[in-house]
Amino acid sequence: MKLKILTIELKRTLAVIVCMATVSVAMSFIIRPPAGHLTVSFAHYVGDSVLHLDSVSYKNELGQAFTVTKFKYYIGNIRFKKASGGIVAFDEYYLVDEEEEKTKKINIDIPAGEYTGLDFIVGVDSLHNCSGVQSGALDPVNAMFWAWNTGYIFLKLEGRSPASKSPGNMFEYHIGGYKQPANCIRHISLNFTQPVSIENATGRELSIKVNAAEVLRTPAAIDFTTLSSVTDFHNAATIADNYADMFSVKDTR
Amino acid sequence: MKKAVVILSIVCFALVGFTGVNKYFIITNEDVALKVPKGFPKPHYRFKNNTPSPEIFVLGRKLFYDPILSRDSTISCASCHQRIAAFGHIDHALSHGINGLIGKRNVPALQNLIWKDAFMWDGGVNHLEVQPVSPLTNPIEMNESIAHVLEKLRQHKAYAEEFRIAFGDTVISSERLLKSLAQFTGLMISSNSRYDKYMRGEDTFSFAEKNGLEIFRNKCASCHEEPLFTDNSYRNNGLRPDTALKDKGRSSITGAQFDDYKFLVPSLRNVEMTYPYMHDGRFRKLKNVIDHYASPQNFAPGTAKELDEIGTLSEEDKKNLIAFLLALTDKTFLYDRRFVDPFMQ
Repeated sequence: MKLKILTIELKRTLAVIVCMATVSVAMSFIIRPPAGHLTVSFAHYVGDSVLHLDSVSYKNELGQAFTVTKFKYYIGNIRFKKASGGIVAFDEYYLVDEEEEKTKKINIDIPAGEYTGLDFIVGVDSLHNCSGVQSGALDPVNAMFWAWNTGYIFLKLEGRSPASKSPGNMFEYHIGGYKQPANCIRHISLNFTQPVSIENATGRELSIKVNAAEVLRTPAAIDFTTLSSVTDFHNAATIADNYADMFSVKDTR
Repeated sequence: MKKAVVILSIVCFALVGFTGVNKYFIITNEDVALKVPKGFPKPHYRFKNNTPSPEIFVLGRKLFYDPILSRDSTISCASCHQRIAAFGHIDHALSHGINGLIGKRNVPALQNLIWKDAFMWDGGVNHLEVQPVSPLTNPIEMNESIAHVLEKLRQHKAYAEEFRIAFGDTVISSERLLKSLAQFTGLMISSNSRYDKYMRGEDTFSFAEKNGLEIFRNKCASCHEEPLFTDNSYRNNGLRPDTALKDKGRSSITGAQFDDYKFLVPSLRNVEMTYPYMHDGRFRKLKNVIDHYASPQNFAPGTAKELDEIGTLSEEDKKNLIAFLLALTDKTFLYDRRFVDPFMQ
């Protein structure tokens, strides 16, 4: 008798578990759309020419010739704007480096749907500047980190120009700072010309044009003779304002 | 179960005896347990995502004492942060780095670091874990890069195993390097000086020490706030700027002119051992420091207004004040075996 009751109890419990599992699987389909895949690639230019390190000479707004030896920057807080309203946010940081081809492509698993654009910051937000040692892209081993005045270097543009009076005719702009006197975090907002539809694992690619010449122009035309080095808060915000418009959508495939 | 524990313990003891490991250098769970001293505020650094363990502490201790962290493997953290001087640089006015290079500031003592919200004389470093990056990469200190230090550690015959013991696998990363150092330095806590014992009712003060404490509370404690003996603020303490060093202090971090010549108020714990004094080490004796603060006519422009309230002190007052300051020497901390150079074993 006792055994029979126990068996019935067991069956009931099992039935409840099966029911709950079915409902939760069904719910997950409703709540979470299937994952899609997106590759965001960064194409580096100087004006209309593709950026080549060391070998190609370009001209700044003042007509001063220069070559580029280093171009790298942090991207973070990426938020994709949904056509239906709302956003899909990602917490990761990426260090995009002209010298490392693989860093110029970011792979993102993103819920399928229609997207109209994306927002992100160039730099590293204040929380990640104040929370001690970080790993991954934010590992201080990447030498994008100021030790004497704690904080990440958001962007580095280095090169040479005959107009520069620094040793070796070098110029270097190391821009960072998450607090006053020079908060250099810049928010970028890009819109697609047409909404991009991401379907289940179709693997679309979004190409972003990054014009390194913008570091040196608008609103402030940088003169290599008078300002060949920015490595702390002095003049940093000016250059951050310059490069805040260096990103544009190249194409969506 | 009990039997297994007993057998395991016997095996462990036997192994220790057999390998001749010096018990003096063994770190236990008890050794790394954070005990916030009675009357101390809540620590700023609370070992979040960096829970202290004996193994990680031991790794941090070794790294602190290993010259491998400098470019030419000649100096370690401990070269300038000497245990017997509360981890300051005894009898050195200015820090010095590899190749005999001389810095522009006096080496600060390392103690009660988890109560600090910023580090360095100018407060430029905002977190205990990233603090070591500064001396490590400074061209006039260790002149290294993190990448190169990690490479040297990876090639070293012992460190892969020591990182494995500490973290479970042999990965040697900057995160692990810095977190282990933070465990070692973060547990450097001074809270057992004669002053502390007096406050806890475990010791008595002499007449001079009592008078000194009273003078201290009237004239010094608004900046050197008990029980940490600093309020972690930046002040212009009236020193005439050194024209050779050209050090503007806090304003080099904030860019604000009103921060010119302000420096972090240092703790006075173990002040007996941290001579010479001030951010540039210009005063050799405590008496010189007190003479400075009691000579308002010599203050530089921009001196913190709190200093005007000190006024003049009699020679008797000065003697009493020094007697009190000597009661801040914490022998428990200075001779703590946990912080002894492990390369000595």
